This record gives sequence, structure tokens and C-alpha cells, in this order.
Amino acid sequence: MGRVSAHPSPTITLRPHHCTLSVPVEIERPESSEAPFEVPEPDVPWVTIVHNDPVNLMSYVSYVFQTYFGYSKDKAHQLMLDVHHKGRAVVSSGSREEMERDVQAMHGYGLWATLQQDRR
Amino acid sequence: MTGHFEPLPDGGAAVPLDEVEISILRSLAVQLMELIGPGEQAADDEGEDLLASVFNDGPSEPPADPVLARLFPDAYGGPDLVPDDDVRAAAAEFRRYTENDLRARKRTDALALIRALDTLSPSGGDPAVLRLTADECRQWLGALNDLRLAIGTRLEVTDEEDGGELLRLPDSDPRKPMVMAYLWLGGLQETLVESLTA
Repeated sequence: MGRVSAHPSPTITLRPHHCTLSVPVEIERPESSEAPFEVPEPDVPWVTIVHNDPVNLMSYVSYVFQTYFGYSKDKAHQLMLDVHHKGRAVVSSGSREEMERDVQAMHGYGLWATLQQDRR
Repeated sequence: MTGHFEPLPDGGAAVPLDEVEISILRSLAVQLMELIGPGEQAADDEGEDLLASVFNDGPSEPPADPVLARLFPDAYGGPDLVPDDDVRAAAAEFRRYTENDLRARKRTDALALIRALDTLSPSGGDPAVLRLTADECRQWLGALNDLRLAIGTRLEVTDEEDGGELLRLPDSDPRKPMVMAYLWLGGLQETLVESLTA
């Protein structure tokens, strides 16, 4: 092993300073009576949503959709464009457990993903 | 800093890196590992320790640092949902059971990057050629993406337009070196994706 703290340029640092990640704002309040996470509604599937992100490369997002979900190049590309232009896209649906697996995988790839019960 | 990946016949990829590039990449990866933290300690071969690690819950609150919050986001909620107590509870539970694994994975990817760099010995001003297997490519892709997420969050990149604005920063701007690294990493990652999908 070589140097553990090679520092070619002291200004290149990941040290925190005050900043916030701006996020798209499209607030839709869930109906308070629904309590979607506690009341079991077996007929309503869960979905995995990938959110737009200013950093992730479009080619990388497409690559992840192809690699993890096995989607065709065209479908992966279209989903990526939806994420990019609409701010979000539903990339998979199924049981809550399956969607938790998908979200965990997306986080592993560095994509910003959440799951929720499909209210459409 | 012009290096870009080219595909190899065996499914891997290769990139020339000079001494400065290796040094910067290594430094950033080390910093990322330090930021992500120790995660699970390297377990002894004692069964007790293994059991302990199985039952050792992870954190339930999102990290306060914006970079870590981006690397380890909430699984429930998101920008278009106002979280209620149920959403918060679900996010906390998910985090308890997954965040340690996710931290370990990201550290493993960053470590793979560092180890591969340590095999290189550029001589004089000539770049060394880094050759990655297909598996190593996937780990590098993860590590490069994590690095770009970390730097992009620190630089407060908000959309694609910022790439142009950041590019025009004067040399005197303290963010300039980080911006150069960010753009360079983007080129590396882009060409690595192209190599893997060629």
C-alpha cells in the first residue's frame, strides 16, 4: 500500500461545509385518512420511484435500469428520460418486500429511489 | 486530465492514468471512505462477533451531513411526499436494517478503486495503463458515481446547467480544483459506462 492520505491539492477536499441539495418541488399531500403505510391494502401494489438527480449521468441511469431490472435499452432509456424530464419515474411495481429490495439496490447504485403504495 | 476508458475484449476496460491523476483519484477515494465511516468492524473469526454483527442494528435517522444524506437517502418519503409519522417510521426501520450494509458496499467499492490504483507504477511523465476486469469495472463504476455524488453535493450542483456555470469559474475561485476533479470524474465514468455497454 502506498500513501494513505496523499493530498496533491489541499483544496480538493470532501470536508463538509454548509450546503443543501436542492430538490424538485412538486408537493402533493397524501390524504391524511389513507395512512398508506399501516393499513394493509393488499390489492394496491407498491411501486419503486426513481427521482431526478443533478449529478447522476443519464447514461449511467440507463445502464442501471438495464443491468438491474433487465430492461431493454429502449425501455431503460425512456425511463431515464422520464426521470430527467418529469422529475421521477415508476421503475418497478410489486409487493412491498420486492420494492424494498429494488429501492435498496437503487441506493446501492447511487440512484435516489423511494417506494410507496401506488395511489393512481 | 484527459484519460478515458476503452473497452477490453474480455469485458473489462482500460484507462491511462498519470501520476497526478492517480494521486488525486486515490486521495478522493480515501476521503470518501473516511467520510462513509468504519461501518461494520472487520469481524474476528469468533462466532460471537458474527452473531453480534447480525443483531447490531444500524442508525434510524438520516445522516446530518448532506453528502452522506445523499449517499444514504430515505427509502420512504421523497421530494413529492410530505412525510407523516408512518412514513418516518417506515424510513427509520428500513434504514436500521439496510444502512450498514450499504455503507459496507460503498466502502468496498472505494477500496477496490484504491487497491487497483496501488498496482500502478507510472514512471517519469508517462501514464500507466490501468486494466480492469469486468467485475472491477462494476466496482469502479459504483465508486466513481459515489465520488461524483459526494463532490456534486459539496459543490451544490443543482442541475445540468451548473456544469456550464461551474466550468466558467475563474482560476482564483476556491471551488475550481474540485470542479475540475468533478468534470474529470464525469468523463471517466461516462467512458466506463460506454465501455461496459459497447
